[in-house]
Amino acid sequence: MGIIKAKQLVHEYIRRDEEGNVESISTALDHVDLDVNAGEFIAVLGHNGSGKSTLAKHINALLSPSEGTLWVDGKDVSEEENVLEVRQTAGMVFQNPDNQIIASVVEEDVGFGPENIGVPTDEIWKRVEESLGAVGMLKYRHHSPNKLSGGQKQRVAIAGVVAMQPKCIVLDEPTAMLDPNGRREVIRTAHELNREKGVTIILITHYMEEVVDADKVIVMDKGKVVMQGTPREIFSQVGRLKEYRLDVPQITILADLLRQSGLDVPVGVLRREELVEALLREAQITG
Amino acid sequence: MSIILDKVNYVYSEETAYRIQALRDVNLEIRDGQFIGVIGHTGSGKSTLIQHLNGLMKATSGTIYFNGQDIYADDFDLRKLRSRVGLVFQYPEHQLFETTIFDDVCFGPKNQGLSKEEAGLRAFEALRSVGMPEELYYQSPFDLSGGQKRRVAIAGVLAMKPEVLILDEPTAGLDPAGRDEILDLVARMHKERGITVILVSHSMEDVAKYVERIIVMNQGAVMFDDTPREVFRHYKELESVGLAAPQVTYLMHELKERGLLVNTEATTVEEARQSLMEALAGIDAGHTDIHV
Amino acid sequence: MLRDITLGQYYPADSVIHKLDPRVKLFGTLIYIISLFCFRGAAAFATVTLFLIAVIWTSKVPFKFMVKGLKAIMILMLITAAFNLFMTPGETLVSFWIFKITKEGVVNAALMAVRLTYLILGTSIMTLTTTPNQLTDGLEKALMPLSKIGIPVHAIAMMMSIALRFIPILIEETDKIMKAQMARGADFESGNLLKKVKSMIPLLVPLFVSAFRRADDLAMAMEARCYHGGGGRTKMKPLRYEGRDRAAYLMIILYFAAVLLCRAYLNWP
Repeated sequence: MGIIKAKQLVHEYIRRDEEGNVESISTALDHVDLDVNAGEFIAVLGHNGSGKSTLAKHINALLSPSEGTLWVDGKDVSEEENVLEVRQTAGMVFQNPDNQIIASVVEEDVGFGPENIGVPTDEIWKRVEESLGAVGMLKYRHHSPNKLSGGQKQRVAIAGVVAMQPKCIVLDEPTAMLDPNGRREVIRTAHELNREKGVTIILITHYMEEVVDADKVIVMDKGKVVMQGTPREIFSQVGRLKEYRLDVPQITILADLLRQSGLDVPVGVLRREELVEALLREAQITG
Repeated sequence: MSIILDKVNYVYSEETAYRIQALRDVNLEIRDGQFIGVIGHTGSGKSTLIQHLNGLMKATSGTIYFNGQDIYADDFDLRKLRSRVGLVFQYPEHQLFETTIFDDVCFGPKNQGLSKEEAGLRAFEALRSVGMPEELYYQSPFDLSGGQKRRVAIAGVLAMKPEVLILDEPTAGLDPAGRDEILDLVARMHKERGITVILVSHSMEDVAKYVERIIVMNQGAVMFDDTPREVFRHYKELESVGLAAPQVTYLMHELKERGLLVNTEATTVEEARQSLMEALAGIDAGHTDIHV
Repeated sequence: MLRDITLGQYYPADSVIHKLDPRVKLFGTLIYIISLFCFRGAAAFATVTLFLIAVIWTSKVPFKFMVKGLKAIMILMLITAAFNLFMTPGETLVSFWIFKITKEGVVNAALMAVRLTYLILGTSIMTLTTTPNQLTDGLEKALMPLSKIGIPVHAIAMMMSIALRFIPILIEETDKIMKAQMARGADFESGNLLKKVKSMIPLLVPLFVSAFRRADDLAMAMEARCYHGGGGRTKMKPLRYEGRDRAAYLMIILYFAAVLLCRAYLNWP
C-alpha cells in the first residue's frame, strides 16, 4: 500500500438554514480513488472549486470523509486516535503565507510544530536549524516574518512543516498569492525536499508550468479525478485541459497549433528546448 | 486630456534608517485612450506609482498634472480626481462591505453626490457590464465565489464612470478561467467605452496579449516605456531585474540563434505560429538558406 | 501614520537586554513604572534618567526607532501637560482671561511630560527587545500558579501572542482598505460626529470580515501543525534563569532602592 491511499472518497458540504434544515448539499469529492507511493512528486491540477483543496484537507485529517476511506501511511484518517499521527506524517502548507505563520520570529515559528508534538528542547533547535537550512532561510532565522517577501514566507511555512519530519508534505496552492520569483522559489524548494530528503510531495496548483517536473499529474474537475498520468501524457491533451479550464503553457499551446498546421512536432511538449529541437529537425528535413 | 508626471519622487520614512525611495524622478505621460501595462517585480514601485495617479499618495517632490491642472494645487479637488481616475486595488473583493451586491456598487456613485436613482442606474449598468447575473444583485457579496466577488468590486469602481481605469494585479489568486474573464472584461471596457486602462501585472504573457504600451519599473524608476515589441526586445535586461519576456519570445530568439529565420518580435502564440509557418514554408520553397 | 507605532514591534539585535529572561524584563518594567511615579527630587530624577539611558544604550536599539513611538502619543502628552499647566493651583506666573499659569503648574506639566516620555521609552524597550512570544512565555510562566485555580493561562498566553503577531498585519490592512474606499470616493474626515461614525462602516466591515477569515485560516494552520492545547507541549525556548538574569534582578532592586533612598533623603528641590 502506498503512503496515501484513497478508496471511493466522498465529501459533501452540507449547508443548513437557520432552523438547521438542509438547504443544499454540494459534493466536493465524488468517489475519488488515489494511490500515492512514498517518494513520489505528485501534482494535482484543477480550477477553483474542483475539489482539490478538499482532498488536501483530508490528507491532513482537517476534514473527514463523508463516505469511503483515506489511509495515510496505513492509518485511517477518520479514526480520532490517528489524527495527531496523521498530521505529523502528512504536513500541510496553505495558500496565504500570512495566515499560517504563528510566531513573530522566523525560528520560533519553525519550532511551533515540534513543540506541539512534544519534541525535547535540544532536538527542536537541531530540527529548526536543519529545516531552515533545507529551505535556504537559515540566515533569516531571527527576522520578523512581516518583513519577508511572499516567497520567503512560504519557505518559512515549509520549514515549519519539515521540522515535524513528515513523510509527506501537501502544498495547497502555495504559489497562488506569489509573484513569479516567489513561485519559482517555492517550487524549487519542494523539488529539493523531494529529491534530497525523499519526502513525498503533493503539490496542488492551477499553474501548469509548475507541474512539468512532477512524477505524476492528477487533474480534478467537479470533485472527480478526470485525468491521471505523467506530465507528458497530460500535456498532450491540450483540448481536454482547456475544457477543464486549465492554463496550458504558451509553449505547449504553440506546439499543439503547429502540429495541427501539419508540422511534425511531438505531442505533449513540456519545455522550450524540446520545441526548439523539433522545429530545427523539421527545418532540416524540409530544407 | 492626459495625466503627466513631472520628476515625481516618493520617499518612505524619510530621515530614518528605513528610508526607502519608492519612486525616482518618474516622468510619464498617460495619454487618453491608451491601454498601458505596468510591470516590475515586487517592490519596484509600481503600486506606489499608481497610487500617485489618483492622488491617494502625495509625491515627496515633483508635480502631477491632470488635464493640465496641477493636482497638488490648493484649489484642486482630489476627491473629484479619484472619481475620474478609478483605481482597483489588489484583491479588491476585500473592500466589499454592504449587505447586498447592488448597494455595494452604489457606494462609489453615491459618494460622487449622485441621487439614489442615478446611483442605482449606474450600478445596474456596471453590474451588467461585468456580467453579473441579475438574480444575484440583491444577495450578500460575501456569498459569492472569489472570481464573482472580484467582478463586483470592479463594478464598484466602474459605476463611478472613470475616464482612466487602473487595475493593480486584478487577476492575482484567480484560476485561469477567472483570470481570462477579468482580462477580457477590461479589454472590452477599453474598446467599447474608450477609457484609458492601466494594468499592473506580473504576467508577461497577459501584458503582451492586451496592451499597446508597457512601462517597466525597476527600483522606483522607469526602466523602459515603449510598445511590447520594443520592450521585449530587451529580454536580457528584463531578466537581470527579475522579470522575463513571454515564453515564445525566448523560443523565437533561440531558434534565430540556431539559424532559423524567424521573427523574434513575436510575443503572442498566434504571432509565433504565423512566423514559424512562414519561416518553414520559406525553406520549403527554397527562399531561405539555412545552416543548422 | 499608523505604521509609526513602535509598541509591540520587535527590533532584532544582539544585546544583553535581548537575551534576558522575559520575566526579568517584565519585573524590571513593573519596578521602573512604579519608580517613575514615586520619584521626587533632582537626585532621584538623575537616577531614573541614568538608568533609562544605560538600558537604552545596552539594548542596542537605535534611539531614533524609539522616538517614533513617542510621536504617536504626542497629542495625549500635550493634553495631559496642558491640563496640568492650567489646572494646578499655586503661585501665579501669568494669567489671561480665565486661565492662569502657576509655578506649580509649570513644574507639574514638565514632570508629567517627562514621566510619560520615560514611561513610553521604558516600556518600548521591553517590547522592542522581547519577542511577543517570549513576552507571553514570560507571562505564562509567571502566572502559571493561577492555572491551579482554573484560569486557562496557556490559552490566554497563546491568544496574546497571536494577537501581537497580527497587529501589524491588521494595521497594514486597515491602511489598504481605507485607501481602497477613498478611491471609491469615501470621505473619512469631514462631517459631524454621526457622519464620521457612519463613514467608518465601509472600513470596519471589511476589516472584521478579513480578521475572521484570517482567524479561521490560522486555526486550521495551527491544527495542521498538531496544535492541541497546552498539554504535552515542549518549549523551544524554555525559560531558565541564568547568571545574567540574577545579576539583572539584583540591579533592578538596587536601582529601586536608590530611587527610594533619593526620595527619602535627597529630595531637593
